[in-house]
Amino acid sequence: MVAMTRRGALQASAGDHVAEGSAQPYLEIADLWKSFGDFVALREVTLDIAKGEFVCFLGPSGCGKTTLLRAIAGLDPQTRGTIRQGGSDISSLPPSQRDFGIVFQSYALFPNLTVRRNIAFGLENTGRSKREIDARVTELLDLVGLPEQASKYPAQLSGGQQQRVALARAIAIDPGLLLLDEPLSALDAKVRVHLRHQIKELQRKLGVTTIMVTHDQEEALSMADRIVVINRGRIEQVGTPTEIYREPASLFVADFIGETNKVASTYQGGSVTLGDVVLATSETRIADGAAVTVAVRPEDILPHRAEDAGNGAANMLPVTITDMEFLGSYWRTHLRSDALGETPLVANFSMNAVRRLELEPGTAMAVELPAERVLVFARGA
Amino acid sequence: MTEMTAELPPGRRVRLSLDRDGIIKRIFMGVIALYLVAALALPLYAMLSKSFVTYGFDLARYEFQVSDETGTVWSEPVTAEALNAELGSVPADDLRSSSDGRLTATTFFPDFSFRSPVKYRMRGTTDDAPWLVGLDLKNTTDWQEYDSNTFRRINLRPVKSVGAQNYVEYFSNPTLFSSIQNSLYIAVVSTVLTVVFAFGFAYAINRSCMPFKGAFRMIAMMPILVPSLLPGIALIYLFGNQGMMKSLLMGQSIYGPLGIVIGSVFFTFPHALIIISTALSIADQRQYEAAESLRASKWRTFWTVTIPGARYGLISAAFVTFTLVITDFGLPKVIGGQYNVLAIDIYKQVIGQQNFEMGAVVSVILLIPAVVAFLVDRQVQKKQVSLLSARSVPYQPRPDRRLEALCLAWCGTMAVFIVGIIAICQYAALIRFWPYDLSLSLKNYAFDRMDGGGWAAYWNSIKLALMTAGIGTVVIFTGAYMVEKIDGFKTGRGLFQFLAMLPMAVPGMVLGLAYIFFFNNPANPLHFIYGTMIILVISTVTHFYTVGHLTALTALKQIDAEFEPVASSLRQPFYKLFARVTVPVCLPAILDISIYLFVNAMTTVSAVVFIYSTHTALASIAVLNMDDAGDIAPAAAMGMMIFYTNAGARILHALASRRILNRTQAWRLR
Ligand SMILES: Nc1ncnc2c1ncn2[C@@H]1O[C@H](COP(=O)(O)OP(=O)(O)O)[C@@H](O)[C@H]1O
Ligand SMILES: [Mg+2]
Repeated sequence: MVAMTRRGALQASAGDHVAEGSAQPYLEIADLWKSFGDFVALREVTLDIAKGEFVCFLGPSGCGKTTLLRAIAGLDPQTRGTIRQGGSDISSLPPSQRDFGIVFQSYALFPNLTVRRNIAFGLENTGRSKREIDARVTELLDLVGLPEQASKYPAQLSGGQQQRVALARAIAIDPGLLLLDEPLSALDAKVRVHLRHQIKELQRKLGVTTIMVTHDQEEALSMADRIVVINRGRIEQVGTPTEIYREPASLFVADFIGETNKVASTYQGGSVTLGDVVLATSETRIADGAAVTVAVRPEDILPHRAEDAGNGAANMLPVTITDMEFLGSYWRTHLRSDALGETPLVANFSMNAVRRLELEPGTAMAVELPAERVLVFARGA
Repeated sequence: MTEMTAELPPGRRVRLSLDRDGIIKRIFMGVIALYLVAALALPLYAMLSKSFVTYGFDLARYEFQVSDETGTVWSEPVTAEALNAELGSVPADDLRSSSDGRLTATTFFPDFSFRSPVKYRMRGTTDDAPWLVGLDLKNTTDWQEYDSNTFRRINLRPVKSVGAQNYVEYFSNPTLFSSIQNSLYIAVVSTVLTVVFAFGFAYAINRSCMPFKGAFRMIAMMPILVPSLLPGIALIYLFGNQGMMKSLLMGQSIYGPLGIVIGSVFFTFPHALIIISTALSIADQRQYEAAESLRASKWRTFWTVTIPGARYGLISAAFVTFTLVITDFGLPKVIGGQYNVLAIDIYKQVIGQQNFEMGAVVSVILLIPAVVAFLVDRQVQKKQVSLLSARSVPYQPRPDRRLEALCLAWCGTMAVFIVGIIAICQYAALIRFWPYDLSLSLKNYAFDRMDGGGWAAYWNSIKLALMTAGIGTVVIFTGAYMVEKIDGFKTGRGLFQFLAMLPMAVPGMVLGLAYIFFFNNPANPLHFIYGTMIILVISTVTHFYTVGHLTALTALKQIDAEFEPVASSLRQPFYKLFARVTVPVCLPAILDISIYLFVNAMTTVSAVVFIYSTHTALASIAVLNMDDAGDIAPAAAMGMMIFYTNAGARILHALASRRILNRTQAWRLR
């Protein structure tokens, strides 16, 4: 598992060293199902999360992310399946007997209580003295960077500040698990990027196992140790951001995360045929003769001179440039190829390559689709 | 990837174990549900079953033998039925009876003389054949022997049977049946008038730049503060037999449909106005701009944009008004004269004739229009809500001289009508002896010198209103919280919601009568509250439950649904959240509920008229009774006391609300 190395690194930084491989997962979700009447919102969800890990549930709106999160919290229990946390079965425990802190998209701050009293809410009646509570609240306010706002009411704060108060309130009781449901989606873009970093920092500092729900792939890729991609109530893939991006397990994942060129084809003995061009692939699990979709990411397409095609050069495709857009660090280039017929191809070429090969609209050239970067997915699967 | 599995795997549904919070919440809801069951469902059931009960003498159940003069030779046994068939001494109609009916056995023996040496034997032919010997109840199939002196003290008792007999009787009685027509006629006419007047008023307030809107709005709300029978008293002074403006009626009598309709328009006006005004206030400016750009005439715009936009409000207002009028009892009592309506029939059957079963039948009949109106209104309300959620630009009225003049005239007329009615009552209350001595005095306020309960009745009303407001607000708000914020337990919550909506469909008199059946039954463990203030509080809270419940629900729905999850993730009990956050945030709504209950407890007649006792007489009942006894001026004076009290309460409420809002403004302001 590639995830292991990253997780190991994280745990070291969290100062919570657990021997690799031997550690029992902190949260174990086994064969979880959830139905609302006839509608099945979650299907056979099985997932392990290690202690201290930052996991993102990523998927399109309505795919069941919140439903899964609420099941973990016990707010809306699963219909079938078990959840274990810290080694014990919590499947049928009510929320108040589970160990988690939660931040909702709406933040759910108590409007008539000051920031200080909001954060102190969970600390009261826990045997702490008033002084201890005050000290803890002050510490938390410092931690989330709001030391000056203690006596304000939520409505007097900006969205980003409210979000951090909600976070402080959730972590005040030192929960074993921190659940965040689209915590950033109500904020404007600039604040969002800044807070991503802050939340990640905070999580690293506290070492608290965290699950964040998001539909924003950029957010997931930049924050998560591991991403759980969910589609229509089912886990499509679990992996590190690079795994998810470089080795998508399904066409859905390839399509949902990043950008992809897709072409229909047939698989035969490790290769796929596009028109009269045969592309070698590293795919070996598909039966010969199967109808497949071939996917190639724009940045995996390598530019070559037109002459480089022919002579039996492997995975080379003669193309013509139809259009180019300059996007700062690279050129987004639209290509047309006889082998692909009407289907256009999009490639990202570095400025360097464009200059070197003197590329411009109308230029005939060749592109290479490296065998290990050609993704093949059986259709109808 | 495995095959798509569409179905859940077999197994048991995961259920969360209950924590302390869950248990406490369920107990709370159970207690309040129990309250609604005991205060509403069971009494109504008792009434419904009562309406199917008849009492009658079943002559076939009794057998007699008569001896000769020596008392030794006995005749063949013969049933009372056979005797009656032969003699015709009791006509079939007289065999029907109430639960305390008696029929002397000697009726069947025309030769009977209590001095004769003839002896009598009697027995029942079935197990249930009760008769009285003096005060002793007998019920046996063994022959009993009586001398003639004892026999004259024998009475047959009626037996109970269950069936639709009462209904058959009701519908075959033309006087009773005509009340249905009368009630419908009154209700329809009043509804049409009220809705038209209220619509004009609401239109002026929401869609014109007319001046004095605030004052008009305040005047329009005044009728809520008085009992529904007060306009009746004012109308008597204006158009009654010695009325100031009797000649205006040109020979028509105010006692009857005319008086009832005018009074009904008065007391239903604010209710209709609130609903229509809400509907008109949510108009979308853009629709009017579109109409204008299409060069539609104002008249056309009115019919194609304004009326359709307000249609749900109009329908809802019509049904509410209809229900209020058809279930009202005070007004027809005061000014209805000989004109019978359903609510009066209930009163007459119960108070006049002590025929509770027939009272129950009329109640069930009165329930039908009220329930229908209620159901239609609920449907319409749902549609209205979806209309509201559309994103719209609020309508900004533009100055228009002619429209403003028209609006001013319309509202001015209504204002004169409303203020006039109340002013007449005030005038009547202060005049020494209409129409002979017009000097002013306070003698009509010396309630202790009249029948009806005196000042004690007034203080009882205050007590009732305070208790209703206090207890009712707590019960209603807590109940609404449980319905809205409890998780799981869906069936229980659905049932509770149904019970909470039900009172809206139950006329006050029907509820009161149901209370007689339910609480005045010595077998009921709650019998002890009968005749006390408690039963009045329960009846009033229950009667006005629904509006309070809906107000609370609206406020609670505006609170973030994630508060409870957050609190439980922080392992804090729900009641801490409830006390520290929910109640403070909902305080304006809570105050609204309490003032609503207070005002209605002060004015209600119908919910309490059957269940008050001599030491729990109320001001509103005193108005009714003093009017009944001919003390109309003191009745007007007591009505005005209710008005002052409610007006004072409203002012206090407004001040308190403002203070609380000011104090908590810090967190409401952005
Ligand atoms: N309480 C509910 N009753 C019925 N359907 C629900 C309920 N909650 C969620 N769903 C459905 O389940 C699916 C998943 O919802 P959710 O988990 O909220 O999606 P998201 O991934 O956007 O968070 C959606 O189709 C939604 O309509
Ligand atoms: Mg969601």
